[in-house]
Amino acid sequence: MSSAIQLNDVRKSFGPTEIIRGVDLDIQKGERHAIIGPNGAGKSTLFHLVSGRYKLSGGHVHLNGEEISNLSPYEIYRKGLSRSFQVTNIFPMMSVFENVRCGLMWSKDYKYSFWHLVDREKELNHRTAAVLEEIGLTSRQHVPAGVLTYAEQRALEIGIASAGGAEVIMLDEPTAGMSHSETDQAIALIRKITEGKTLVMVEHDMGVVFDLADRISVLVYGEIIATDTPENIRNNKAVQEAYLGAEAEDA
Amino acid sequence: MSEIANTQTGEISAPFAKRFGPWIFLAVALIVLPLIFSSNIAVYTMNLMGIFIIFALSYNMLLGQGGMLSFGHAVYFGLGGFMSVHFMNYIEYEVVVLPMFMLPIFGGIIGLVFAIIVGSFSTRRAGTVFAMISLGIGELIAASSLIFVAFFGGEEGVSGDRTMGPVIMDVDFAQDIEVYYLIAAWAFVTIALMYLFSRTPMGRMANAVRDNDERAEFIGYSQRKVRFISFCASGFFAGIAGGLFAINFEIVTEENLNALTSGVVLLMTYIGGVGFFIGPIVGAVVFTLLQTVLSNHTEIWQLYVGVMFVLTVMYVPQGLTGIMAMHIPAYRMKRLSGLVVPYIKAGIPTILMLSGIVSFLEMVHHVRAAALGETMMSLIGIEFDTHTVMPWVISGVLAVVGGYLTKSQMPQLREAWEQANAPLDSGEGASS
Repeated sequence: MSSAIQLNDVRKSFGPTEIIRGVDLDIQKGERHAIIGPNGAGKSTLFHLVSGRYKLSGGHVHLNGEEISNLSPYEIYRKGLSRSFQVTNIFPMMSVFENVRCGLMWSKDYKYSFWHLVDREKELNHRTAAVLEEIGLTSRQHVPAGVLTYAEQRALEIGIASAGGAEVIMLDEPTAGMSHSETDQAIALIRKITEGKTLVMVEHDMGVVFDLADRISVLVYGEIIATDTPENIRNNKAVQEAYLGAEAEDA
Repeated sequence: MSEIANTQTGEISAPFAKRFGPWIFLAVALIVLPLIFSSNIAVYTMNLMGIFIIFALSYNMLLGQGGMLSFGHAVYFGLGGFMSVHFMNYIEYEVVVLPMFMLPIFGGIIGLVFAIIVGSFSTRRAGTVFAMISLGIGELIAASSLIFVAFFGGEEGVSGDRTMGPVIMDVDFAQDIEVYYLIAAWAFVTIALMYLFSRTPMGRMANAVRDNDERAEFIGYSQRKVRFISFCASGFFAGIAGGLFAINFEIVTEENLNALTSGVVLLMTYIGGVGFFIGPIVGAVVFTLLQTVLSNHTEIWQLYVGVMFVLTVMYVPQGLTGIMAMHIPAYRMKRLSGLVVPYIKAGIPTILMLSGIVSFLEMVHHVRAAALGETMMSLIGIEFDTHTVMPWVISGVLAVVGGYLTKSQMPQLREAWEQANAPLDSGEGASS
């Protein structure tokens, strides 16, 4: 199996403070990989570095063998990496339908076209409807995305990220702040949309992590202290000391 | 399929009437209007409206659709006007052979060229940076218009003669009505084009970038390029409006590209409503009416427009179109009739209050501005002496009593509003 995402000695400093301190990580194609770690470990920062939101202070990031270090987010997206955000990040004034459709347009090769009418593009609209069906928001498609409930916005967030059919999907705390039943639905949804794809996720809910992930990396103070299968991570002494503690036993 | 079609305006399988109805209505209205309002002043006003409609719609491509607040949009309008008036003169002196009705194209082209130049650096960021750059560029061009006299004609501007072009089908544009139909034709085409633009992937992404520019980058789009393309399209249409202005008035001056004109287009777009495609159309119509009708009756009409703008920003940020749109749910539920009586009950005292305030302002203005010794003034046909106490007392009483009564009616109005919108979210905009 070849690598989907490869991080070599990735570093990030804000002023004198080094937040990410030399991360090496190899995520295989088709695996579901979770990154866990205590608050402030730098998980979201790592996501931002890979997806282009932040520039690297050092090191290299490769996507499918191609260097993507310091490219802009849209260039990285075009190479097949899509992501969601920890804080819901949608287009609030546009309808739910429009949100998903915008997430699809680049992959359908419309680019910056001002000579197609979106409502006339049958294939585009069919695909949008299919994604809405998948994320369970068909009945809400006409309302402005800003008025959706929190769980619905999270689902839409995942829908926008996955709509374009990117091969690598990164989800930043997809179930944060959800109730139990909402979390179960979210897990099912994530399973569905990442079928046959590479998934990288940051997640606090250990239930979700051990349920979904093929492998887990533990990030503590900007360094990865272990990358292994859930079973081995659970039994890893260093991880237990650094982070999991009682939570792991619960899980 | 029908669910998809119903999204937004439902272009795919919507019935013919729904798809083309508004356009047929617009075309018929444009043709018929001067037959109904045929006086010179009416045609003059409608010509101005047509020009401002295009101008304001082009402005809303930035503000409403793209989230770019520009304080210098008149630059593209004015440059379009100057370019067109120069071409008007080229036609007159037979440097080029062109029919006059093509002039706005050149306005559009120079608008586009300048938008490309300015947009290449100003659209890097939205928000304050963009607004400040637009203001700076506006000042820069307005100042250079007095420096580069050859192109801008200095303080007196550049004038031309629209009747000197080749006569096509007996039309030489000597009559205002001929110009009216020219403006109407251009307005129809440009309104349609700008509407269609908003329905393209580019138009949709302009909305997306307006809503959340960062997220747009994570679905494959460069926010800068999206803004840049919107900006260029907007400059192009503003230039066309400028070209029509040149044809209509046969003179273009520095005033047409300075901050004042930029302010006017912002004002009318906002008053009309930036969140709706037709908002700027409504705004341009209302503003032009205010400008022409109100200015016939009062010298301080700009004060009223200013107050109206402030009130719009404070209480109805969705603009006049937003007020109309607020009534759609009640209309759909056939409950609009329940609002009529509360509206009248609140409306009459509001009119009393406004007439009190207006007469007070007019009297203050009269006392300050009238010729020495002239103490008599007339308001809606009533003559009175502003140097006596009574008129002041009456206006004060009208304002206070009207205000009090309006306020006392508000709870009932709000209740009626909530009843009319019961199952849906009850909007709080019970404005009269």
